[in-house]
Amino acid sequence: MTERLADWTIGTEAIIYQSCRACGKVQYFRRAFCAACGAPDPVEQRASGAGTIYATSLVCRAATPETRAHVPYNIVLVDAAEGFRMMAHGDNDLTIGDVVTASYRSFAGRLVPYFAKTR
Amino acid sequence: MSFITGVGLTPYGKHEGSSSLDLMSKAAELAIADAGLKRSEVDGVLCGYSTVSPHIMLATVFAEHFGIQPSYAHAVQVGGATGLAMTMLAHHLVDAGVARHVLVVGGENRLTGQSRDASIQALAQVGHPDYEVSLGPTIPAYYGLVASRYMHEYGVTEEDLAEFAVLMRTHALTHPGAQFHDPITVADVMASRPVAMPLKLLDCCPVSDGGAAFVVSREPTRASRIRVRGCAQAHTHQHVTAAPALSELGAEIAIAKATAASGIAISDVRYAAVYDSFTITLAMLLEDLGLAGRGEAAARVRAGYFGRDGTVPLNTHGGLLSYGHCGVGGAMAHLVETHLQMTGRAGPRQVRDASVALLHGDGGVLSSHVSMFLERVR
Repeated sequence: MTERLADWTIGTEAIIYQSCRACGKVQYFRRAFCAACGAPDPVEQRASGAGTIYATSLVCRAATPETRAHVPYNIVLVDAAEGFRMMAHGDNDLTIGDVVTASYRSFAGRLVPYFAKTR
Repeated sequence: MSFITGVGLTPYGKHEGSSSLDLMSKAAELAIADAGLKRSEVDGVLCGYSTVSPHIMLATVFAEHFGIQPSYAHAVQVGGATGLAMTMLAHHLVDAGVARHVLVVGGENRLTGQSRDASIQALAQVGHPDYEVSLGPTIPAYYGLVASRYMHEYGVTEEDLAEFAVLMRTHALTHPGAQFHDPITVADVMASRPVAMPLKLLDCCPVSDGGAAFVVSREPTRASRIRVRGCAQAHTHQHVTAAPALSELGAEIAIAKATAASGIAISDVRYAAVYDSFTITLAMLLEDLGLAGRGEAAARVRAGYFGRDGTVPLNTHGGLLSYGHCGVGGAMAHLVETHLQMTGRAGPRQVRDASVALLHGDGGVLSSHVSMFLERVR
């Protein structure tokens, strides 16, 4: 097993994905194996933060006091340039197909990836 | 071979002071009586889960509470698809001779047993714990994401989606057990409070208390014979981040397998019971199942196609959107209503011909699917 690279899920400003040494498939949810072919030890890599908006939903009704302080906030699915899809936050006016770049923001006491249109 | 021999359903809405076990028991009692059976004749129990009262062995908790000692019992968890997944399992169990009469039961005091925030929060946990839940999504947001993409690809509008809310409410007006009895219009849906755009309050099913049950038997117990003709499942993903393209979702896979297993074509279907947690869910599933062309389901609603007097009456009790959603029992009400329609017992809601019915359930975020055909046998 290769060493785990720190990412936003543990408070570091980075988006990490894995690619399979055997079949070349990429995956976003971290595992000790490739979910496509089962080969062990996929390589961890840092993503560029570039991507395209696949879907959006502006959350106007949150379920906890911590998240309610942030409404409305835009949940987006981003197709990363490296070929995986991820969920993140983004500017409220993002629309499907927008070319975006990642930054990071604090949300309900956690670090989250935040996308805005690439300038 | 298997038959749905009895059904039971409580009103949905508030059942102040009732526990999940109370609601399950009430529905079970109705279903067993409807099948013309005694409690002691039930030798199998399948139940869902309760988010209010989680337990690692809910089926035996229920059996003890209800006062039966089945030879086969366990819980099943497939989110919104649980009811039909249990029915499919019960079908195979009686067909294989494992049990003669399987009680399928779900019920939960989801509305009065916990705060609405607690409900929304509990359900959001179907998201990925590391990569999704920390972003503060809700179930409406997961479906809002899917809705935005579906509308983008197929030209569906928010007004189109509103038609499904209006249709379900229109149907609920004629069912005394439904949670909502105030008529609504497309304008009302459009003006309702934003929840997770493009979904607004009236695009979303409510949180309810309620219980539903049925008995699945090897032989008919009454003159009316409602047979499980064929069923199938498909599970393509759990998390919306990992969902396949819209054209490769599980509903299309499940219906293709169910069609092959049953020999029934979509054009044979006379009544439809389709999962409707949100308006987008119903729109997408109708189109995935082939009950409408891509992007055309709303036009069919406007033309009356899915109305009580239409070509394929749909969720005539009001569905999750307006009859209510108490968790596992929520979509089981679809099957109860289907059975009433197929046996000519739907009273003022009775449709002309419900001889062949298609039921479809969805769990997660279009993650788990069960398609099932029922037919009335003479």
